[in-house]
Amino acid sequence: MKEILEIIEGNPKIEPVASKIKEMEKAGIIRKYKTVIDWEKAGEEYVYAIIEVKVALRSRTGYDAIAERLARFDEVRSVHLISGDHDLSLTVRGSSMKEVAFFVAEKIATLEQVQGTVTHFVLRTFKEDGDILFEKEHSERLLVSP
Amino acid sequence: MSGKYISELVKSVPPSGIRKFFDLVLEMEDVISLGVGEPDFVTPWHIREACIYSLEKGSTSYTSNNGLLELRELLSKYISSEYDTVYAPDNELLVTTGVSEAADLAFRAIINPGDEVIIPEPCYVSYIPAVVFACGKPVPVPTYQEDDFRVTSEQIEESITAKTKAVVLSYPNNPTGAIMGRKDLEDIADVVNEHDLMVISDEVYDRLTYNGTHTCFASLPGMRDRTILLNGFSKSHAMTGLRVGYAAGSDEIIGAMTKIHQYTMLCAPITAQIGAIEALKNGDGEMKKMVREYDRRRRLVVGGLNKMGLDCFEPKGAFYAFPSIKSTGLTSDEFASRLLKEQKVAVVPGEVFGECGAGYLRCSYATSREELIEALARIETFIDSI
Ligand SMILES: Cc1ncc(COP(=O)(O)O)c(C=O)c1O
Repeated sequence: MKEILEIIEGNPKIEPVASKIKEMEKAGIIRKYKTVIDWEKAGEEYVYAIIEVKVALRSRTGYDAIAERLARFDEVRSVHLISGDHDLSLTVRGSSMKEVAFFVAEKIATLEQVQGTVTHFVLRTFKEDGDILFEKEHSERLLVSP
Repeated sequence: MSGKYISELVKSVPPSGIRKFFDLVLEMEDVISLGVGEPDFVTPWHIREACIYSLEKGSTSYTSNNGLLELRELLSKYISSEYDTVYAPDNELLVTTGVSEAADLAFRAIINPGDEVIIPEPCYVSYIPAVVFACGKPVPVPTYQEDDFRVTSEQIEESITAKTKAVVLSYPNNPTGAIMGRKDLEDIADVVNEHDLMVISDEVYDRLTYNGTHTCFASLPGMRDRTILLNGFSKSHAMTGLRVGYAAGSDEIIGAMTKIHQYTMLCAPITAQIGAIEALKNGDGEMKKMVREYDRRRRLVVGGLNKMGLDCFEPKGAFYAFPSIKSTGLTSDEFASRLLKEQKVAVVPGEVFGECGAGYLRCSYATSREELIEALARIETFIDSI
């Protein structure tokens, strides 16, 4: 099973090992087929930021309530509970730095449980979800060889 | 140039038939090449990283003639665990500049002028010239699709004369993708024993066996000391340009080969040897991934060729399909030349690998699946147009 998963993680367009894949889709092991897009190449200037969020815990609901709430925003692309100085790490996408900054200031920082945020704007992406975005390596093979 | 300075021996060997296609392809654009005899993968990163690190540390010197001891120890362990055959790292293993050098050394170490070497065809293009350069006499033996391109012990026996010194075995085979079963090899072992011959067994594609298991010829009872086992890292770990391989055999044979190697090559490139150490220590996962990918492409290509009416034998190893094009009425050379000109797909005509390869094409599937699909479509268009 791991083998099949590794293969489709790398290339979901593979000829189907249909029945097995269907099974895993049903069981929720395969959740979704994603496309990694180089938006910059497509001429779309998206701005990404990683936001560290410090949370004041309410004992009854733990981190789940606030994390789930943040996850509902379309602008928020990922939400992780992390160890270290901060509690949550978000990836936020907007069409300009201003838009992202306002979103954080107005929608996130204002939440009652949020004690503080630190915004790191992404300057360049080199690898996304296991996919290398810079010029891929290639070897110059001879076109015919023994 | 009149060629008067060139030795008669060298002049006697015709230029490689692959060269002609290479020159043709160079003049064209947008060619999809199924003519490549090396992996399309780059050497796995962890191996390259080990090489880079060694360079940073300044490992740029000669190594001992027979290769880094750590590499020989790992090779010894690897061969014994994989094929249950033990070679001493000290005097029964020699690290070479690819299997190419190892094959050359093997021939030169055992051939007296005029000795005959039996070479089943179709086969890798280097054996015959290498035997000639060693002043031996190559004795080609044809293999046929009816026999799954396996050489039979009877064929070998029929070709034996008083001058016969050795037999070359090269399975999984380039260009046919044929493999040998254990029983096939045991029968050959009997003949070899009876006639007191050596075997040079080029097993460079051993890890690329998809259907069936690879039997190492040296692992058969009594064969270890009759066999010069050749293998390397070019195909299994996509390390063609790094140039590292090895020979394993009896103390006596490896000693003789080392004598030539120490004067003519000195040692295999140290960076490549370090890469080989990393490949043996940590390379299994990446290698298996590549093998799985080749296997998927193999099924794609063989299925595709058969579907369009080209009779294609199922290759069980290496990364070549070897379809028959006899039904088209063209010779392989005509087919390959026209396919290149009209549809821009490069393949290698089968007779490049021996006369009995006539009527076949070698199609390498060491190329991305997208390209293979496109190439198959173009071949089909070409066939429909004949
Ligand atoms: C059967 C066979 N042996 C040996 C070689 C050469 O191997 P190396 O790169 O180790 O010299 C090749 C390469 O195409 C091959 O097909």
